[in-house]
Parts: sequence; C-alpha cells; structure tokens
Amino acid sequence: MQSSTHASATEMAPATSPEPERVGSAWGLFLRHHGPMVFGALVLALIVAAALLAPWLGTTDPQKLAPAARLKLPSAQYWFGTDALGRELYSRVLYGGRVSLLVGFSVAALAMFGGLVLGLLTGFFRQLDAVLMRVLEAFMAIPAILLAIALIALTRASVENVIIALAIAETPRVTRLVRAVVLTLREQTYVEAAIAIGTPPMLILLRHIAPNALAPLIVQGTFICGSAIISESILSFIGAGTPPSVPTWGSIISEGRSYFQLFPNIIFFPAVFLSLTVLSINLIGDGLRDLLDPRLSREL
Amino acid sequence: MEQTVLSVRNLTTSFARDGLWQPVVRNLSFDIRPRETLAIVGESGSGKSVTALSIMRLLPPTNSRIAGSINLMGRDLLRLPDEEMRRIRGNEVAMIFQEPMTSLNPVLPVGFQIVEALMLHRGLTRVEAEAETVRLFDKVRIPAAKSRLGEYPHRFSGGMRQRVMIAMALACKPKLLIADEPTTALDVTIQAQTLELIKTLQAEEGMSVLFITHDMGVVAEIADRMLVMYHGDVVETGETAEVFRNPCKPYTRALLSAVPQLGSMTGRERPMRFPVVDIKTGEADTPVETPDTIAQADRPVLEVRGLTTRFDIRSGILRKPAGCVHAVENVSFSVQPGETLSLVGESGCGKSTTGRSILRLIEPRAGTILVEGTNILSSSARALSEARKKMQMIFQDPFASLNPRIKVGNAIAEPFLVNRMGTRAQARDKVADLLVRVGLKPEMASRYPHEFSGGQRQRICIARALAVEPKLIIADEAVSALDVSIKAQVVNLMLDLQASLGLAYLFISHDMAVVERLSHRVAVMYLGEMVEIGPRAAVFGNPQHPYTKRLLSAVPVPDPARRRMARSISNAEIKSPVRRLDYIPPVREYREVSAGHLVQSWGEEWAA
Repeated sequence: MQSSTHASATEMAPATSPEPERVGSAWGLFLRHHGPMVFGALVLALIVAAALLAPWLGTTDPQKLAPAARLKLPSAQYWFGTDALGRELYSRVLYGGRVSLLVGFSVAALAMFGGLVLGLLTGFFRQLDAVLMRVLEAFMAIPAILLAIALIALTRASVENVIIALAIAETPRVTRLVRAVVLTLREQTYVEAAIAIGTPPMLILLRHIAPNALAPLIVQGTFICGSAIISESILSFIGAGTPPSVPTWGSIISEGRSYFQLFPNIIFFPAVFLSLTVLSINLIGDGLRDLLDPRLSREL
Repeated sequence: MEQTVLSVRNLTTSFARDGLWQPVVRNLSFDIRPRETLAIVGESGSGKSVTALSIMRLLPPTNSRIAGSINLMGRDLLRLPDEEMRRIRGNEVAMIFQEPMTSLNPVLPVGFQIVEALMLHRGLTRVEAEAETVRLFDKVRIPAAKSRLGEYPHRFSGGMRQRVMIAMALACKPKLLIADEPTTALDVTIQAQTLELIKTLQAEEGMSVLFITHDMGVVAEIADRMLVMYHGDVVETGETAEVFRNPCKPYTRALLSAVPQLGSMTGRERPMRFPVVDIKTGEADTPVETPDTIAQADRPVLEVRGLTTRFDIRSGILRKPAGCVHAVENVSFSVQPGETLSLVGESGCGKSTTGRSILRLIEPRAGTILVEGTNILSSSARALSEARKKMQMIFQDPFASLNPRIKVGNAIAEPFLVNRMGTRAQARDKVADLLVRVGLKPEMASRYPHEFSGGQRQRICIARALAVEPKLIIADEAVSALDVSIKAQVVNLMLDLQASLGLAYLFISHDMAVVERLSHRVAVMYLGEMVEIGPRAAVFGNPQHPYTKRLLSAVPVPDPARRRMARSISNAEIKSPVRRLDYIPPVREYREVSAGHLVQSWGEEWAA
C-alpha cells in the first residue's frame, strides 16, 4: 500500500515545542471552575448520609409522643426542640429526609426514563410525534402540582402514589427536551451515514442518538430532583401527600405553621434542610451542564 | 521611505490548554507597507487566524497571552488601554470574516447596521449616514444599492453579504483591512468577484490588506508578498512571485506541489496521482497516470435515468405549498465499474441532492436508478438494503460524519455487522485490514474520533464505506474540507483504492482542479439540470456550455505570473432553483459535440 508510507508526511508530524509553562495545578483548576458543584456534592452527600444513618445518629423514634415535653425550643436534650405533640424534631427531620430524598430521586429517575423513551420515539418517528405530543401538551397545560393533586385524589395517599403522580407530571417536560435534542441529532451527518450503511432505525436510536442525548437529560434530571422534593413538600404541606404517619419535611413544616410565631424552630430546621438539599442539587446540575457541554469543557 | 502601516515583532501568542500555556504562534515578525497586500498562508492549525485575532486583541484575555510588539503607525497596540483599542478597531483596522452568513445581525436591515456604525464611529447624523451608506454600497458594487438598504440579511446571497461586510469594514476608511479567509465559504465564481472587488477597492482607497487564506490560488491572485506558516512558526516569507517561482523551504515546496492546478492535466487521458513531497527534504516523486481501471464491457454499476427530486416550500398557517425547489430535474447518467464520474457545480445546483437521492437518503419524485441492473426506486426494503451494500457514501465533513462517542473500530465494523456479513471476530480482522488499507494502523481501532486529524478521519470514513465491499462510492465533497496537502493524500488514496479494488466513484465537488485530476468523466450541473457531460479531457479542453466556461474561468490560478489583469467585475449572482408551483420545466435537448460529450442546448438567457 503506497499511501500508508506517505500518510505520515504532514498529518502525523509531531509539533516540536519547548516544554510549555504550567498555568496551575490540575486540581486547583478543577476547583476554580467547578467549586460550586464540588460544594453542592459535599452538602448533598452529608444530607443523604444523615438521612440514611439516622438510627445511629442519636435519634429516637420520630413518632413517639411525649405530651410532657411539647413545644420545646432547641436545647442540649432536644437539639432541634419538639413539636406540638412532643415529638422530637431532630429525629423527625432526619427521618423525614428519607422520604423527601426518596421522592426526589425516584421522581427524577422515573421522569428521565419515561421522558427518554417518549422523547426518542417522538423525535425519531415523525408519525408518532403528531399524536403523542398533542397528548403530552394536554398534560402540560395543567400545572404540575395540580395534576399531581388530582392524581393522588384518584388513588390512596402513599409515598409510592406521590412518586408516580409527580413523575407523570414531570415526564412531558423531559419528553420535550429529549425530543428537541433528538431532532437536532437526527440531522447529524453520522446519523445519515448510519442510514446509508443500512443500520436499522432502532439500532440508530440506541447507538447513535440516545448516548448523545444523555448529557442534557442528566442535567435536567437534577433539576427535576430538586423540584420534586419541593413538590412533595407542597403536597405534604396542604395535606394531599404522604399519610400523616410518615414524617416528611413538608408535613413537619405544615404541622408547625400554627406555632410559627412562638416556636419558629419547628419550621426553621426542616426548611433549612429542604433549602440546602435543593440548592446543592441545583449546584450539581449547573456544574454538570458546564462539565458535560463539550464546547465549555475545552476551555482550560 | 514611507512609514510602515503595521509592524509586528516577535509576536508569540499562547493559549491555556489542559493547564499549560501552549504557544500557537511563535516569534512572528512582519511589516505591511502602505497599499500593500500581505498574505499569510498556512494549513489549519498553523496559527494564521490567531495572528489576526492577536493584532485586533480579540482573544479572550483569561486564557490567552500575547507577547511581543504590534506597532500600528507608531503605536504599540499591545500596550494601549482597552478604551483606545476599541477606537482603533473599525476606525483604523477593520476586519472581515469567513462566514458572511453569521456576521450580520439577521433581525436588522443591512442598511441600518452600516448607518449605525457610521453614526457611532464617524459621528454623522442619520441623514448623512444614510447617504454615505448608499455611496458605500455603490462602491462595493451592490446592484440597486438604494433600494436594498432596507432589506434584511436573508434576502442577500453569500457573496452579496460579504460585500455588505466589506462595505461595513470600509465605512471608517481604515488604514488596514484584515481579511480572514473572506472567500473560503463562497462559490468559485463569487470568490473571483470578491477578490477582484477587494483588489479594486484597495487601489481606490489606498489601504493595506492583511489577507489570511489557505488557498495558494487566492494568494497568487491577490498578494504582493506572502508569509507561509506551519504549526505557529514562519516557514518562509517573500515576494509572492518569487516564492512561487523559487520556494526555498521544503514545506513551501510541498505545499505548492500539492495545490491542484487547473490545466495541469492537458494532454492526459486518465487520472493522475498528486506528487508526494517530503516536507523535510522537499524532494518530490514523479506522479504517474493511474492504470486503466474502467471495465467498459461490463454492465454499468449505476444507471440513472430521468432523476427528479423536488422539495415543496410551505408557508402560512395551513402550510400550503407556496413554491417548489427543483433541486434535481431530469438528470441521467451512468457510471461504469472502475470509473470516476464527477458531478460539478456551485452551491444550490443539486449535485449533493443527486448523490443523496441515489442512496434514497432523500426520496426522489421520479426517475429510475439501476444499481447493477436492479431498480432501487421500486424495490422492497430488503432489496434496498442489498443495493446499499453495493454503494456507499463518504461525506464532506469528517468531523460530523463520525459519532463522537463510538470508537473508530466499532464505527468501521458497524456496516459489516448490521448487514450480517460475519461474526464479531471476523469484523475485528476486517477492521484491522481496512485500517491498513487506508494508511492507518490497526491498533488505532480502539481510539475515539476526536483523537484523529481531519485527514485521518476522512480515511476512517473511507474504511467504513469499504467495509461492505461496495462497487460504487458516492463521495460528496469528500476532500473539500481538508487542507491542501491532506487533500492530495486522500485523493491519492482514493486513486490507489480504485486501482486495487476496481471501485467506481461518483465524485461530487465544486473544486474544479481536484476534479480535473481524478475524473474519467465530468458532468456539470446548473440549477438542478445537467448542462454538460463528457470525458474529462473534452469538458475541460473544449467546454461548450456558457456556464461551464464561466465556471472554469473563475477558478483561481496558483501562478502569480498568470494573474488575470483587471477582469471586469460581473455582479451575476447564482440563480435559485426555487420556482412557482405552476412551473413546468422546459424540455431540454442535448447535442453531441464529440464521442460521449453531450451539451444541453441553451436559451437566450446565456446570449450575452
């Protein structure tokens, strides 16, 4: 093969350059550019650890009533104080985190999966698109929280039903996002090349389109996770969410609102946990968007 | 001795990349005298555009560093405060860019965009500025200047937009015009017009020009002096005529010998390889004509008859068809095994649509396409996938045609596996074999596309196309995006593969010089119709149709001695194949000039 000998002429000529000067250490640079994301990841890890390890962190039974010790401000004995029924808030907030985080992550996972499947199908098979997107748009016309309330009203209030209702409410938005990405990806030359090669449509979807649609989907997933935690709190707050036997951040805040002026601690602690969780998840989402965007990742 | 306009000394520009300061331009020094044109030539990654951006200080300060001195008429631009630098940009140094499509704001009328600049920079009142804008439009030879001021950019063609950009650059009577690949995105006839315009304006305005390009033909047309760059270093600098006549450095020699030259094939029958020059020693081998690869006696591998592809243009709320793009109109040709037929023409002439229609990536409206005798337009899905195995496609952009997330080995194996031509183990052997065939190494199979250069990626795309052992390869502008030396290598590879595998090519290109080098036959397309087809020597040596003549005369000649003196600037734009719905394409007649050389009879629109 003659060409193999001269292919090296200019294409593979090594760039001869003196040892370049360093800008800074790699870790320092990563921190400088992705500091907020690292911070968010640390905070989220702490909160998740606290919720999971609640039994070993000095908590008591979060449902145990102690009428003698009702409405206490934070002290050495009751770290976050107690509520109107004398239940210890520190335990309730930690255990409540389990439900909030479970709802957040499950809703994000379900909505991402549903949105990915529907988005791939509607984006790639144009005949499906006209029908399916109209149905999804009908769903989107109803505010997500109202849709969730309606869905829960139809069934029994339980953690699973809250998750399913919120996931259904979020899926149309994810579908739209994935569909938009698929619409641009299917015009890419490598997709056209795959068609010319004879690759069947399903394989093109799985091999060439889905992997390239994942980055925006993951970013969207973090934002859904954050908003699902808030939605769950709202549902609990208005009493349409999880049954009263399960403490969640939303239900704790809801129960504490009548005593807010005298005992703000009842609302303060779950609210701080709720805000920190959502903030850290959003920071991670922002960071991931920068990190996964190939145009931005070339910088430094 | 007049003062130099721009004097650059020891310019070194570095970018922060992967945590390191990587110099991309090293120790660059040059002068531009008044009314002089200096061309910076180099291949991609040579640092030529970075040089221009360094002069304008348009690089982001956070991750770039500029050292040395840039002296514009006695002032060091690198030491000026930002405020004053802003005043220099546009007023004393103006710049035009490669992409005329994106450098104008699409939601503002073109006239307004220039009026605004005039009011801002020269402090004119609105009325004065409007009068001045009309004058500028006349200057850059935009027809019916006054009436076009209020139009939006989308109403202008690429060439006309570049004229608007030039008008905007001239607005403040700059001393220096920096033109960064201003004609690269334009068609050849439009490129010729634009170059001519820049030359004329330079003489009229008495400004200096720094012209950045990769195209030796353009350099020969326009530059007084030239500077060759390679990987951020200056290789050679001197008078253009002198450098072309007597290049000192091996790299310059290699670059010049790789430049396709129209007319270099006169008197030859068959395609010819490009000479291969060693960039270290500058020694060239003597290229030979390729062996006779055409199987004349066999049945054509591809026969196209009456191919017609149209697209409806819909508008309004009800999306009623408002017009029709006659992208391909009644096109017929055939390709023999081992033969290269080139489809040439300018943007919008339907050459790419023809290629895509043949593979049924776009559904044609009418016609027959026979691949080794099977009509693929009327055949079932199964027969279509059989037919697609016989023909494969290589695309223009080697960066877009490979999925960035799939290893090149798997990409090459894909056609082999989806067509069930063998097991995974066989596919691995096939990939290794194909990589060697296209001049790469088998161990490269486990790398990702971004680890390869443009030329290497195009080799990978060729390997992928070869995986199903096709008879015909449709190469859609396959070498247009590549640097000259890489282009020459890929063309040589294609010729070698044709000789060893008996491949037929349908080579779609706008680059007449490359087409002349590698085709057996040439078909010229204009507005979706085929206006001339024939053996390469006949079409290039004895062009008949006025459009073919115009196309050939517009190709820049990489020889400063043959610079065409003061051509008259034609303002002809490329017409559009968009027609009204009731348009009925005229019946065309073809006459045979010589054996196999057919020319469409043209009407009075070509009479001039």
